[in-house]
Amino acid sequence: MISFAGLPLAQSGGFWLPDSATNSPAMDPVFYLILGICSFFFLLVVGLMVFFVVHYRRRPGVVPQKTASHNMLLELTWTFIPLVIVGAIFYQGFTAYIRMQTPPPNCYDLRVSARQWAWQFIYPNGHIDENLHVPVGEPIRLTMTSEDVIHGLWIPALRVKMDIVPGRYTSTWFRADKVGTYNLLCTEYCGDEHSDMLATVEVHTREDYDAWLKDAGNYLKTLPPAEAGKVLYQRRGCFQCHSVDGTAGTGPSFKGIYGETHDMADGTTAVVDDNYIRQSILEPQAKVRSGFQPVMATYQGLVSDDDITALIEYIKTLK
Amino acid sequence: MNKPLQSKSTTGSYLIDPPGLKSWLFTLDHKRIGLMFLVLVSMALALGAFFALLIRTELTLPGPTIVSEPSTYNRLFTLHGAVMIFLFVIPVIPATFGNFALPMMLGARDVAFPRLNLASLYFYVIGLVFFLLVLIFGGIDTGWTFYPPYSTSTVTPVILAVVGAFILGFSSIFTGINFLVTIHTMRPTGMGWFRMPLFLWGLYGTAVIQVLATPVLAITLLLLAAERLLGIGIFDPKMGGDPILFQHFFWFYSHPAVYIMILPAMGVISEVVSVFSRKHIFGYKFIAYSSLAIALLGFLVWGHHMFTSGQSQLVGMIFSALTFTVAIPSAIKVFNWLATMYKGSIGLAPPMCFALNFIFLFGIGGLTGLFLGSLATDIHVHDTSFVVAHFHYTMAGGVLMAFLAGLYYWWPKMTGRMYNLVWGQVSAWMILIGFNLTYFPQFIIGSRGMPRRYYDYTRLLEVNPEFTFYQIISTVGGFTLVGGLVLVAFILLRSLFVGAKAPDNPWGSGTLEWQCNSPAPHENTPAPDDVGDCYDYNDLEFDEQTKGYVMKQ
Repeated sequence: MISFAGLPLAQSGGFWLPDSATNSPAMDPVFYLILGICSFFFLLVVGLMVFFVVHYRRRPGVVPQKTASHNMLLELTWTFIPLVIVGAIFYQGFTAYIRMQTPPPNCYDLRVSARQWAWQFIYPNGHIDENLHVPVGEPIRLTMTSEDVIHGLWIPALRVKMDIVPGRYTSTWFRADKVGTYNLLCTEYCGDEHSDMLATVEVHTREDYDAWLKDAGNYLKTLPPAEAGKVLYQRRGCFQCHSVDGTAGTGPSFKGIYGETHDMADGTTAVVDDNYIRQSILEPQAKVRSGFQPVMATYQGLVSDDDITALIEYIKTLK
Repeated sequence: MNKPLQSKSTTGSYLIDPPGLKSWLFTLDHKRIGLMFLVLVSMALALGAFFALLIRTELTLPGPTIVSEPSTYNRLFTLHGAVMIFLFVIPVIPATFGNFALPMMLGARDVAFPRLNLASLYFYVIGLVFFLLVLIFGGIDTGWTFYPPYSTSTVTPVILAVVGAFILGFSSIFTGINFLVTIHTMRPTGMGWFRMPLFLWGLYGTAVIQVLATPVLAITLLLLAAERLLGIGIFDPKMGGDPILFQHFFWFYSHPAVYIMILPAMGVISEVVSVFSRKHIFGYKFIAYSSLAIALLGFLVWGHHMFTSGQSQLVGMIFSALTFTVAIPSAIKVFNWLATMYKGSIGLAPPMCFALNFIFLFGIGGLTGLFLGSLATDIHVHDTSFVVAHFHYTMAGGVLMAFLAGLYYWWPKMTGRMYNLVWGQVSAWMILIGFNLTYFPQFIIGSRGMPRRYYDYTRLLEVNPEFTFYQIISTVGGFTLVGGLVLVAFILLRSLFVGAKAPDNPWGSGTLEWQCNSPAPHENTPAPDDVGDCYDYNDLEFDEQTKGYVMKQ
């Protein structure tokens, strides 16, 4: 459970920042510049403070020495020197920010849709995936929106962060230079399963990426419905709230649910059959099972009839 | 120093004159109101610290530890933030020491509007009751920032909390109005603006913000309540509203509010550093003007909370540039305090120990603010535990340390008792060590990939296995810190029963409130016609018999 393997220094990257997935992260030099300035001034202030406390500590018979109670030149000095320093920090931070925020003209465009509590990455061929797959070395632009509350997309290894706001689009871009797998997190608090709203960034070579995308989009045609349903269960984020092992999450578990009769929050009862599942996906608030909060948002317009059929077939298999 | 008073008051201690419970509940005496506020904010601090320990314990190990549901954890951090911000750090110093000392520092009979002052106390109590009702009804889970559309869609009792914060806002406004008018109209002849103790400059800057900014919060919270109750569609995008508008409104108050919190704290430190160094405060005018500069510039920087919200790059640039200007007045104050200590005779009684803690911790808090004001670095560390560490270094390391410095400083005048000085120093060390153990690791894990408001970091461990180690350190520090606070409470409460009788002027202060008896008499004594320089300590000497400072013969 408790791993002290990384004690106390980090396993990868520097002490302060994780490994970067880009060759020339614009942010890192600014971070270290500020760190240096902070360390210098902290040592200066605390060093002087400790020196004065020790050197001028109160001793019997020793009276404080009279010094000037103000000195215009000195005070202007410690007004203007910090002003110049923060001016320099501002300039460095601002120019790096502009580089981080200005996408090059030849970006590969992907869409992101966030919801409580799942990520959906939408690819040019219409495929929707729960993880972000990108080709290495190419600038990627994400155009993002939320279906419910505000979320935040953060990829620590890429130093990228942008809020995702319902009712508008926000966008950000990055270029990953190293093939690998990186964390992608939600950083804007969004409710119960905020800390489970986690995905990965899979950086492939261009060939691997093309092959993955071709396969990934085809599963409804190439797989049997129940297996396609299992893929959808993962990719559309159903797993965030509905388990398949019988443990209750934010929503009821799918294990053995098909064919059962359950009490609803409004006092009625309902049999979990094909139509009930279909309605629960498209109008989640219509029949909420007793003991659960009405928190699910609709998938109306986000899933096709074939998708729903596949999901029903998958749920049937969960005995 | 200030010239001696013509005659000391002949009335009894304000604690017993007039006697009876009713005389306390309906008192118009600023000293009693200050003392009652002290009791109430200390209770709020204890409640907030209790939530903090639950949060820390939960985060110690990955996976659920003591809190089995994320929804409970979300309520805990919301209540911790809301209680600490609205019930503790915003009111703490103005309502306790401001109320207690401000009129006496001016030699005034009371604040300008004593009834408004009492109303401020009762509005605080009503606000407190609303927050307790929120607790009884299961707590809220929006975060103390109430961001819509989450706050308009969650099933928790948001409106109760919003009404509570609204009422507490009026408590704050009443205090602000009172202090503004009192300082403007009730200074004694001979006390020009630049003869005032610097604590009053801090309170004055705060009062300006309280009066100008708090109404914006009140309106914003009302709109939020209306959105939930009536669905007017101002913030909820489903009805055509704009959730980012709420963030602008909210931070238009809540950023200046951090200066409501820190300005009086800096005022306390200016008093304590000068008194315990036995040196005239260095650069009085720069410190005074820097309080005003912070109060005014503080209104222009709210957008730095929203660099990742999708606001335009131009807006981001302007807010970043303005944000850096606020760093300057704070830097001036720190350098002036150091210059005050230079060649002094520095005594390390508990108030000074906590003032030194303030400089140490607020130094880290202020400097790490540079990472957040700078655009490129803020993008990376925004909404991570780096930010949590930063604002705890400023708010807890700043305001809480100044509160404890002020508490140890004015305690003899408030209660008439001296406490154990050695144990007071021990509590300062314990809090300094516990504080750094708690929050410094949060800088590291934040910039390495730990978001804030995160119930479970198990799934991050594959990339960041070091998180558990730092979280354990942080929890150990959290218990040490709270242990230090409990020690402070024990030391002070014990002094009420066994403490030596306090001399009139135990620390050798030059401000007027130290010239009356300890505890302060019911009737304040008027200031002398010729008010001297309150930072001139040449006329005071230590008297072995009374263990306090007296005028040189």
